[in-house]
Amino acid sequence: MSSSPWFAPRIALSTKRTRVLTIVSFLLPLLIWSAISYLPFLWHPKIKIVEPGDVSYFKINMLVDREVFDKETLKVKEVGKVLPIGTRANPIYLPAPHEVAKAFVTSFTTEPQRRSEQWLHESLWHSITIIFFGFILSSLVGVPIGVLCGTYAAVSRINEPFIEFFRYLPAPAFGALAVAVLGIYDGPKIAIIFIGTFFQQVLIVSNTTRKLDISLLEAALTLGAKRMQLLFKVVIPGILPDLFRDLRILLGWAWTYLIVAELIGTSSGITWFITQQARYKNFDNVFAAIMMIGIIGLLSDIILAKLGKYIFPWERSANKA
Amino acid sequence: MTQIELPSYLEQSGEVKARFDDIKQREVILELKDLEKVFSTAKGDVTALKNINFKAHRREFVCVIGASGCGKSTLIRILAGLESASAGEVLLDGKPVSGPGPDRGMVFQGYTLFPWLTVKKNVMFGLRSQGLGYATAESEALQWIDLVGLEKFSDSYPDQLSGGMKQRVAIARALANKPRILLMDEPYGALDVQTRSKMQSYLLEIWHNIDITVLFITHDLDEAIYLADRILVLKSHPGEVEEIIEVPVPRPRDPEQFISPEFLATRKRIDQLIHPPITEDGEDKLNMIRLTRVGDEVEP
Repeated sequence: MSSSPWFAPRIALSTKRTRVLTIVSFLLPLLIWSAISYLPFLWHPKIKIVEPGDVSYFKINMLVDREVFDKETLKVKEVGKVLPIGTRANPIYLPAPHEVAKAFVTSFTTEPQRRSEQWLHESLWHSITIIFFGFILSSLVGVPIGVLCGTYAAVSRINEPFIEFFRYLPAPAFGALAVAVLGIYDGPKIAIIFIGTFFQQVLIVSNTTRKLDISLLEAALTLGAKRMQLLFKVVIPGILPDLFRDLRILLGWAWTYLIVAELIGTSSGITWFITQQARYKNFDNVFAAIMMIGIIGLLSDIILAKLGKYIFPWERSANKA
Repeated sequence: MTQIELPSYLEQSGEVKARFDDIKQREVILELKDLEKVFSTAKGDVTALKNINFKAHRREFVCVIGASGCGKSTLIRILAGLESASAGEVLLDGKPVSGPGPDRGMVFQGYTLFPWLTVKKNVMFGLRSQGLGYATAESEALQWIDLVGLEKFSDSYPDQLSGGMKQRVAIARALANKPRILLMDEPYGALDVQTRSKMQSYLLEIWHNIDITVLFITHDLDEAIYLADRILVLKSHPGEVEEIIEVPVPRPRDPEQFISPEFLATRKRIDQLIHPPITEDGEDKLNMIRLTRVGDEVEP
């Protein structure tokens, strides 16, 4: 119905509107970026020299500030020499969308400058493995501890106060320590992801566990379930869908620790690529690489969301009702 | 208003009297001895239940009724073993019970079906917990699902079912353990009126078909009289047994009986017990402020 309002508190939008808005949410930033890049009267604080004229230090393709260009032009004009010609341009750190789009391809096809360096896909893959191992190790320890904390008050009391304290310590602060203990390669990087994820994970999982309806446990008790059965047949299956959602959110957090982790010891992975390209002033490549992280993160979350619907069929039916 | 002349609720027809004589002959399934429950709060101790003495006989249907806050839910939770009594004893088949167990089936108001299990696996839960093999548990569960008439839904998830259907699954799940007594804590409180009356008839039918003693908590007078052999009326603060009423309405029960003299007489009596007439003009009386327009006065 076209008459239904766009803004009604907590009311779901129609599928069509949802789709439109999803597209707009990506299109809008792209549009602003394009406008700044392609409309010469918007921003463009620099002048790109096309013809240096008689200004001695101007060179073709050089970027100068507009004021500098105007001043030099005026100087040359006064003495009646050849005027420089230039077009308005954006600073080098803001490449246009089409340049970044091109970089998406060329950064993969460009051979590394030195033999010791890696291709982009190798760097990306290395980043993904760091995230994967950091997150898996954290989950292997954090999820069971979280579930036990949420189930048994005693376990919660002995773990949670310390974890509450520890989670405020910024993970990157352990960088130097991690290098001292684990060397300069992948060890400390995985450790940073672990430290960044683990403590939050225990608290979030234990909270989720505590939110399980206690009457389900009571029902199980009256049906004759014993201690271990309560844990394995009620608590764990009962929280699985929420646990899965928690892990999706935590995986997003793990990505935010990636850049810091990769700067520790020998810089590696996508971070190495980004810093390297920034050094060469290939900002189109830098933008492309940053976006690749976003795309990988978003894609993995979408895949996990779909997977969740598949492995928890009772959740699907609940959503329909 | 003309007062209808009602017989005393204590008058029993020969048929009803014979039935009660028969019930009293049967073995005692559940016995409550001097049961007491005290909750410690910040403001001091609150006695929720006191001096509860009662015996339920085999295949008897007992309802517990009382105003809200009289401790009827606490009582059934103690019977189920989910809470412990401060004093006194609960005996099942003469043996004291401690903690929850499959010998007392419980149906909660909030359904409490496991949302991640299908109807069939919900019903199998208790059987599997007791170590029955999958195939045996499955075939037994399917029989109970048949009994509550949900064979078409055995592979559905609870959230796909209506409230009444969920409660039938909960009953099947409790009965599958073959408990000695079925404890029901306001099981139909969340259902609409139509579903509720249908569920009451279902329950009587199930109870008729199997060897089960039922203790049913409700705050609905009609529900209590329609279902019960005996009604335990609880008084509030502290929760004490006010009276145990033998329902004089003959069986099999039928919704037609809701307007029979025995039914109305019993209803009137329980109503007096749990809603004593307000004597002083206390806070229960509404301040009468008229907010209507002139011209629509109704005769006082």
